[in-house]
Order: sequence, then structure tokens, then C-alpha cells
Amino acid sequence: MTLPSSIPPMGQRDKLLEMSNVDKVFGGNVVALKDMNLTVNQGDFISLLGPSGCGKSTALRLISGLMRPTSGHINWEGGQKTGDLGVVFQEPTLMPWATVEQNVWLPFRLRGKSIADVQDEIMWALKMVGLEKFQKSYPRELSGGMKMRVSIARSLVTEPRLILMDEPFAALDEITRHKLNNDLLELRDKLKCTVIFVTHSVFESVFLSDRIVVMAARPGRVSSEVTVDAPYPRTEEFRTSADYAELCRKASEALHGAMNEHGARASA
Amino acid sequence: MSTTDMNTASIVDEEELRYARAEKREKIAKWVLPVVVIALAVFLWDRMVVWNDIPHYILPGPGLVLETLIQDWGMLSDALIVTLKITLAALAVAVIGGVGLAILFTQSRYFEMSFYPFAVILQVTPVVSIAPLIFIYVDSRIAGLLLCAWIVAFFPILSNTTLGLNSTDHNLRDLYKIYGATRWQRLRYLQLPTALPYFLGGLRIAGGLSLIGAVVAEYVAGTGGIGSGLAFRILEAGYRLNIPRMFAALLLIAATGVVIFTAASLLSHALLHKWHESAIKRES
Repeated sequence: MTLPSSIPPMGQRDKLLEMSNVDKVFGGNVVALKDMNLTVNQGDFISLLGPSGCGKSTALRLISGLMRPTSGHINWEGGQKTGDLGVVFQEPTLMPWATVEQNVWLPFRLRGKSIADVQDEIMWALKMVGLEKFQKSYPRELSGGMKMRVSIARSLVTEPRLILMDEPFAALDEITRHKLNNDLLELRDKLKCTVIFVTHSVFESVFLSDRIVVMAARPGRVSSEVTVDAPYPRTEEFRTSADYAELCRKASEALHGAMNEHGARASA
Repeated sequence: MSTTDMNTASIVDEEELRYARAEKREKIAKWVLPVVVIALAVFLWDRMVVWNDIPHYILPGPGLVLETLIQDWGMLSDALIVTLKITLAALAVAVIGGVGLAILFTQSRYFEMSFYPFAVILQVTPVVSIAPLIFIYVDSRIAGLLLCAWIVAFFPILSNTTLGLNSTDHNLRDLYKIYGATRWQRLRYLQLPTALPYFLGGLRIAGGLSLIGAVVAEYVAGTGGIGSGLAFRILEAGYRLNIPRMFAALLLIAATGVVIFTAASLLSHALLHKWHESAIKRES
């Protein structure tokens, strides 16, 4: 695969996917998502930040194609093919009866490829997450963080155009979480991949992303967008810098703004 | 099994030693205790018979039972093979029928709605009460026996496997959908492995039940002669007041049940020990 040498600065990136006027209504009257517009560009690291019930998981399920919008459109540049999408859930979601490499093999296996044919890809993905020595292990033999890494390797293995992550580190302890945050950024730097990351942690969203889409609840909708203009690579030093604190303050304010406009547009 | 606590492995404290000793004791006790208890029971049985002068047509001693077993081995082993054949055939058909139906159930909700009540009715009607009818309608005695044993044995496999096929992790199901898995791929790579531990649990129950079904059906069928199984030998020996032979045949049936259960447990362990919680020893 030919990787771009670096991710171009925001504003100069090619469009990857566009959500226009997307509504999702459950059971005829529960509005999970209202009039969502979002343009995802190649190389974006977008966090969807918001309180529970703001429709961020719904947005992710719509993009992944697991649900169809009630109205509005989601368009991929050049159309969507299988393998364009990698997904990481809140739980590692591994098959316990399969070894690490068999789990990573899954996206290829479902396309009818034998494990021998894609051995290189599997080993590459495992190396990316630092688990190349654990290819024959079973998930139960791994720690929570390691299982998550396998899950990330599985989402990478097809070299997807877009990776969706639904609160992937929420169930991990703080230390593991920081480590995986750092590693995720390193991965992104290597692969120049596009990520949509759902979280309810302000700190995590600021540390990781270059765009934070703040969402509000009841009905779920986009409230505002915060641009995180701190340069990559971001390291542990960034975590303790004044810039980081300032950006977190900005994102927090946007989040509070979203919480306060609660219901404001619901009646409109 | 974490890789980080390697360097502390050399320091073994008093508590750990105590724990290791307890574990060792338990390992030995696991085998020795049942053997001792059974031996004690047999010994008491023998003493009761001797001390109370119980005549052998009421309660034969264990020695006499063993003697009869050896003496009548020709006849009893033939009967054992007949019962065993019916039991294993019924179990095999129960596995095929139970798993097959379970797969059909999960493929179509409407199929499940239509036929699940039938399966329940078959299960809750006591086999003793259906068996006489079966032997009226079915000409072949073997087929009748097989049918009875199957009715008893297939339900636990059906209900367990259905439960297992429906217990797949919902995130994994989503993942399969996102990657464009076909129905067949989802069944083969996701649902069947998920259902395996449930199926094996059902198999352990069904193994015992198919033996019970075979024995009960033989009782009801009642016809003797060549090609009759252990249950008929028990009946026959009862009519002739040959109590030791009844015991010998009973012993064989019980032993068969134990062997089937053990075989199912071993199979279960062999298939699950690498990954399933039920087969994994806790380390702490």
C-alpha cells in the first residue's frame, strides 16, 4: 500500500465521507439523531464527544452501515467497499475459541481468504500493535489492554479507509488507557489512517483528535465543533503542557454549552 | 498468565507452600475418596448379607453377583451389546436430529414458532406411555426401541444447542455484518463455536437419557428371545427369581451409564480446555 508521506494540514485534506441532514428516529417518535451534518476528510482524527443519549453511538452505527438513516444521506467518496471500514468496540469482542492470529484473520476469512494467504497482513497488523509474539495465544491468556490491541489489529488488517472506535478504552484502567492513547497516535502517524472516535472523556478527545465534534442530547445532535490545533506527534509532554490544559478548558466549555442547550431545539 | 510476574517466581512464601500442599492433597483425594467409599459400601453390603443370613433370592452378596456375572457372561454380554447398540444409535440420531433442528430453528423464527411446541410435547409426555403405541404402529422392534430412546434423548440436545446458537455476542454479530458475512459463514464461524459448550452440556445429559430410553423401551416391548437387551434379561431373571442375575445385569447397565457419561465429559474437556471458562482451572 502506498502511504502518503504525511497527513496534510486541515483544510487541505481530500473528502472521504459526508453525512448530510441525517435523521434517525426509533419507533416513530424517539429521535436518536437529528439533522446531523459531518464531513470526514482523509487523515482526520475526529472525536464524537457528548453525554450519554447524544446519539454518538447511533452516528457510528449509521456510518458503519449497521443502521440506515430515517432520512438524509451518508456518501462515501468513490463508493464503499467491504474492507473500507475497521471497527473497534468498547469490549475487545474477540472470539474466545480462536487464537490471536485467527481473530485478526476474521475480516479476510469472511472474504474467503485462507489464513496462509494473508499471513503477512496478519503479522503486519500484530506487529503494529506490538503483539507479534502472541499470535498463537488465546484471548483468555491476555490482559484487558492486550485484548484491546488484538481488536485494533483486527480493525487495521484490511488497511481500511476509515476506522470507527466506540469508546474502546472506557473499560480500561487509567494507566493502560494512556499507554493505548499514545500507541494509537503512533499508529495513526505511521498509517495516516482516518479515525472516528467516540468518547465521553474530554481529556481523551483533546489528546487524540484534531477535530472534536461536540454533541448534545434529546434529541441527539451536533452542538459545536472544536478544532484542536496542537501539532502531532503528541507525547506525554503534551499531556502536561499549558496548551493541553487550555484546549481541555475549551472542549469542556463546549461540552457544557451542549448540556445547557438541553432540549432547546427539541421543541423547535 | 501475565508475563510481568516472572521475576517474583523464585520467592515462595509460607502461604504459597501451604496452598501447594492443599492442592496436592485434593488431587489425591479426588481419586482415593470415591474408591474408598464404594469399597466400603460393597463391604457393608457383603457383611449385611452374611450377618443377617439373607437368602440369595432376596439379596445376593456382591461375591455372588460377580460370580453370576462371570458365569452368565455369554448371555449377558450379548444383551449388553444389544442395549449398547440401541443406546448409541439413539444418541447418534438424537445428536443429528437435535443439532439439525436447532440450526433450522435459528435460521427461521417461523420454523421455530411452528415446531418448538411439538418438541416440548414429545419431551413432556412420559416415554413409558408412548412406547406401547409405538410398538403397535412400528413393525420393526429395533426401530421402535430406537424411536423411544431418541424421543427421550433428543430434547436436551435441541434445547441446549438452540440456546447456544442464540447466545452469540451481539458485538461480534455486528462485526460479522459489517464485514459482509453470509448466513452460512455466520453459522459456521460464529454460532456453531458459540454453541459448542452448550451442545456438549446437552450431550452429557442426552447420553444418560438415551440409555434410560433404551432400557424403558425394552421393558415395554417385553419380547424376548435372541437379540434382546439387558432390560429384558432383568425382567426374565425376575420372573425366574434369579436375583443374582438381575443384579449382574443392573451392574452392567449402571457401568454403561458411567462409561457414556465419562466419555462425554472427556470429549467436552478435549474440545473446550483451551478456551472455555468451564474447562479452565482458576489460578488463584
